[in-house]
Amino acid sequence: MLSLYTRRLWINRIGITLSMLAMSVGLVALLWILWTLFSKGFAALSWDLFTQDTPAPGTEGGGLRNAIVGSGLILLFSMLIATPVGILAGIYLAEYGRISKFASFTRFMTDIMLSAPSIVIGLFVYALFVATTGGFSGWAGSLALALIAIPVVVRTTENMLKLVPTSLREAAFAVGAPRWQVSLKITLRAVKSGVVTGVLLAMARITGETAPLLFTALNNQFFSTNMSEPMGNLPVVIYQFALSPYDNWVNLAWAGALLIALLVLTVNIGVRVAFRNKDKR
Amino acid sequence: MSERDASGGIDLHIQQVRRFRLQDVLFHYSTQLFAFVVLAALLGILVSLTIEAWPSFQAFGLSFLWTNVWSVPDDQYGALAAIYGTVVTSVIALVLAVPISFGIALFLTETCPVWLRRPLGTAIELLAGVPSIVYGIWGLFIFAPLFAEHIQPPLQAALGDVPVIGGWFAGPPIGVGILTASIVLALMVIPFIASVMRDVFETVPDVLKESAYGMGCTTWEVVRNIVLPYTRVGVIGGIMLGLGRALGETMAVTFVIGNANRIVGSLFAPGTSIASTLANEFGEADPGLHIASLFALGLILFVISFVVLAISRWLISRSMGSEGL
Repeated sequence: MLSLYTRRLWINRIGITLSMLAMSVGLVALLWILWTLFSKGFAALSWDLFTQDTPAPGTEGGGLRNAIVGSGLILLFSMLIATPVGILAGIYLAEYGRISKFASFTRFMTDIMLSAPSIVIGLFVYALFVATTGGFSGWAGSLALALIAIPVVVRTTENMLKLVPTSLREAAFAVGAPRWQVSLKITLRAVKSGVVTGVLLAMARITGETAPLLFTALNNQFFSTNMSEPMGNLPVVIYQFALSPYDNWVNLAWAGALLIALLVLTVNIGVRVAFRNKDKR
Repeated sequence: MSERDASGGIDLHIQQVRRFRLQDVLFHYSTQLFAFVVLAALLGILVSLTIEAWPSFQAFGLSFLWTNVWSVPDDQYGALAAIYGTVVTSVIALVLAVPISFGIALFLTETCPVWLRRPLGTAIELLAGVPSIVYGIWGLFIFAPLFAEHIQPPLQAALGDVPVIGGWFAGPPIGVGILTASIVLALMVIPFIASVMRDVFETVPDVLKESAYGMGCTTWEVVRNIVLPYTRVGVIGGIMLGLGRALGETMAVTFVIGNANRIVGSLFAPGTSIASTLANEFGEADPGLHIASLFALGLILFVISFVVLAISRWLISRSMGSEGL
């Protein structure tokens, strides 16, 4: 009896210890990656990063100005596409699609699109846009990133709208408001912060996306704000510079990676902190 | 006078209601149209990739799938090496990631002090937020050299002479290769698998667990005999989600897999995956069979990961019960 008891106790102890070990593997990986990024990235950080363009092969110094501006523009336009499309589609799923077959099918496909390989979306935009209009461009990059961001916005908008109590909708219907006004002016407004969160998370998701930009926005060594031309952007610059033989290029790649990671992590942590405060209230 | 006012008011009201109804119908169909955009994108991906890949399928037929050639000068292409690399790295990544994810989910739901649950859960979610290119440069510059120096030689010494699996650890320890890619992939999919497992573990009714604890079960026994059987479907769904993620991962793999288009038995050897072949070659591909074959690779990747992800979502939604088909 005692031996059975001790055995169970030990199995439990071993299991719990292993689970703690697993947890520490995850934490160590996170801290290790962040530590590398901060130590390498901050060492390469300087004002030149924001005032100079990416250097030509073999030249000293240089910065990331063209890539930062290009990334900003591509992100801006992709979110301008993804936000309205995603929110309206999310409204459809939440307000009209509770029972319809089409809506549950769309919901299912959206969930798959959330994890679909992003490089394939790059191929798709290449075939649809780059090959037909005859050139790589910032617009193509924005379109590819928008396709990745849309499912994120759709699902967060829908999940947020589902939290709105039915009584709020019924109250609005009872005073004679049409459905579109109830959706846009009552329920959407009630979950405004949640929807904004979804948009921010979608932006964080596409900030570091490299694969779909390789065949769409391509890269541009020079400063350009022309969205119809190939456009410099941080992820592709990091990819090319990290694999280059020049030390200053590799350093720039680390600095770029740090910038992207800082943005992504700030949004992710900020969103969670903001929501925790809300829970407490 | 008063009669006219009243009837006018009613007319006005009817007009108003008609206008609202029209607006509502418009609103319904326009939001539906936007929901359709997602479906259209999926369908568009399938159709356009098939069209672009067609010359390659015509030239090589179905044997494209199991031919181990990838030669740009000879214009001969087969997908086997890339499919092999994709599947092998993803499967090894899962073998490493599943137990660790299970441990993390177990810790977060059962043994972790309540005040630590939130920060630790967030930390694991942040691991999912780190962009894949950051994993890539970390893997290439930091992890691969350490791996070559401190982990590969002992592994080789310990397992190199064992029959069958010894061959997996043969060859020079150069850091980059199939095994390194698998380990980096494992780190990347851990947060996805762990968070699905945590979510489904939390669906287990407290009464069930408390009954087991009340009978004197240990935490381990509760998880093994109550939580796991109850959430089996969702756990498998989470694992499939991780698999779907690993199959399509591009940048991190491209950095550390070594990019050699061939099949070698050793896991230390460089290899390639569908996604990394695309990332490496698509930009400079010649029009014609080369680019068509790359599109064919993309189509194969999309179909495989679509099927895996569809199964995963179906299982997860069945387990969570609240939504889905």
